[in-house]
Amino acid sequence: MTGSPLIEVEDLRIDLNHGSSRVAAVEGVSFRIDRGETFGLVGESGCGKSITALALIGLLRPPLSISGGTIRFDGREIQSLSAARQRALRGNRIAMIFQEPMTALNPVSPVGRQIAEMFVLHKGKSWREADQLAVEALASVRVPAPERRVKDYPHQLSGGMRQRVMIAIALACGPDLLIADEPTTALDVTVQAEIIELMRNLCAERGTAVLMISHDLGLVANVCRRVAVMYAGRIVEERGSADIFRAPSHPYTQGLVNSLPRLGSRAALGRTRLTEIAGVVPAITDFPAGCRFNPRCAHATEICRTAAPETTWLGAGGLVRCHHHA
Amino acid sequence: MKLRANLIIGGALFALAIVVGLLAPWLAHTDPVLDANLMNAEEAPSWTWWFGTDAQGRDIYSRVVYGARISLTVGIVSQLINSVIGVGLGLSAGYWGGWWDDFVNGLTNLMLAIPSLIFALAIMAVLGPGLTSLLIALGLTNWSFTCRLARASALSLRSQGYVQAARVLGYGDLRIMITQLLPNMLGPIIVIGTLGMGSAVLSEAALSFLGLGVRPPFPSWGSMLSEAREQITTAPWLSVFPGLAIFLTVLGLNLLGDGLRDILDPQSRSRRI
Ligand SMILES: Nc1ncnc2c1ncn2[C@@H]1O[C@H](COP(=O)(O)OP(=O)(O)OP(=O)(O)O)[C@@H](O)[C@H]1O
Ligand SMILES: [Mg+2]
Repeated sequence: MTGSPLIEVEDLRIDLNHGSSRVAAVEGVSFRIDRGETFGLVGESGCGKSITALALIGLLRPPLSISGGTIRFDGREIQSLSAARQRALRGNRIAMIFQEPMTALNPVSPVGRQIAEMFVLHKGKSWREADQLAVEALASVRVPAPERRVKDYPHQLSGGMRQRVMIAIALACGPDLLIADEPTTALDVTVQAEIIELMRNLCAERGTAVLMISHDLGLVANVCRRVAVMYAGRIVEERGSADIFRAPSHPYTQGLVNSLPRLGSRAALGRTRLTEIAGVVPAITDFPAGCRFNPRCAHATEICRTAAPETTWLGAGGLVRCHHHA
Repeated sequence: MKLRANLIIGGALFALAIVVGLLAPWLAHTDPVLDANLMNAEEAPSWTWWFGTDAQGRDIYSRVVYGARISLTVGIVSQLINSVIGVGLGLSAGYWGGWWDDFVNGLTNLMLAIPSLIFALAIMAVLGPGLTSLLIALGLTNWSFTCRLARASALSLRSQGYVQAARVLGYGDLRIMITQLLPNMLGPIIVIGTLGMGSAVLSEAALSFLGLGVRPPFPSWGSMLSEAREQITTAPWLSVFPGLAIFLTVLGLNLLGDGLRDILDPQSRSRRI
């Protein structure tokens, strides 16, 4: 079925339960990612990006739980699958790489072994075949001398090399979707660029869709075709990457764009001063009523403090949730 | 390098005991059970009878050599059973938590509240004397420290990035426990196991001394001590040599355990670097 999305999230709500009280950490989140598409999720720390990703792979654990909405992967609703079927998807059809390449590898196991394990686990290969495939997988992420490197332990590798190994593990089984949760935050800038480039090329070659999560709008817009901006558990704007830079519509997105250092266009316009968004992200337990951005918003009026804004459709499949959007 | 000395001396003593046990048929001068000869009863140690002979004229040296087989078998096998039980319960309890953790905790506290030798005695009383009963009795009563250690390690390891990553990659619980948690807690488990082996050798001696261990005439160090009790003043060599064997083996295991702790425990390793 062409045209059916790979993953479709509809009206997702994630609750944080303590005792008898429940607060919505994520609410009304909807988005879809097509096959082979690159999609970005951007937002400040604590806005709910990681828990949304965990919900997609069925790994939310108490005190967090999905309390509403649906997640369909390849046409099937994830929540309705048995635990074993969900597990068979993870690492096989949906893979994920993490924030922390330093700690995401098992320190007492050679990296080749950890790659090979994926083929044994999901593809039913023998260890002999799997070890061979691990060498190829390591070569595909451009690790030099892979047949020697497979025997190395994680502590023998640099941060960048470890993240390459993580990518090799994640892409080992040829997943349809790769979730990259801040994959380069812990790396220095030059290595960051290499890793992002590598990930982008590999996924493009193989037709793997990417959900890229970051607080760095510039990075995400660079890599992804479409970007959703999240604020305090809600998606406030979703646009094509170019549009979001050219004409950000939600005041929060405008704030994000204006806080990015950029060469060229803006400097040429004489707007060289970087601005920041005043105030802090509200804590999950006291999200304001109405639009959650209203206490920090320069355009806020009475309605913003009482009613949550509806979705407004913009051109080219974009959307924004703001009473006074640009 | 005092730390290395532990390891080397302990390892050498333990290795010696194992070699003696393995090569017993070649090292022994006589058959430890059948070669009784009242003509040479209660001979003192000499060039012919290195460790002397007992009231039935059996060669003590040969009996000590063969005794290594039983003492070490009991020490190693019963401690292996303890380690498997302790790691199995502790690891799963720490990883899963919940009611299973409460249950395992309760069981561990119960085990700690009863002195393990008394518990082993009770089991032996039910099963009757013999090697198999010894292995069962000592194997079931000494796992609480291993269990506690495994549980504590699992608790701290389960929030490690690589354990989370394994879950995300579709590993099942069992696979996570075996490939991610177990190898990362193995060092301290081995240390506790080595020390436990020493105490199992002692417990075997104690139970055999009380007449609940291996049945005579087969020699274990404990049963030899037990038989030697009445002649301790007239023929002290009957108790000295098996006693020395127990002492050196247990000392060796304790030194080995300490030495291993120093090289396997990551905390002490980083302290030294
Ligand atoms: N296990 C948990 N228990 C309680 N609260 C949690 C838990 N995990 C996340 N939260 C809360 O849920 C909210 C969203 O967390 P999440 O990790 O998704 O943020 P994030 O957008 O990924 O932030 P970051 O950029 O820092 O990774 C936060 O307020 C966080 O405090
Ligand atoms: Mg996060």
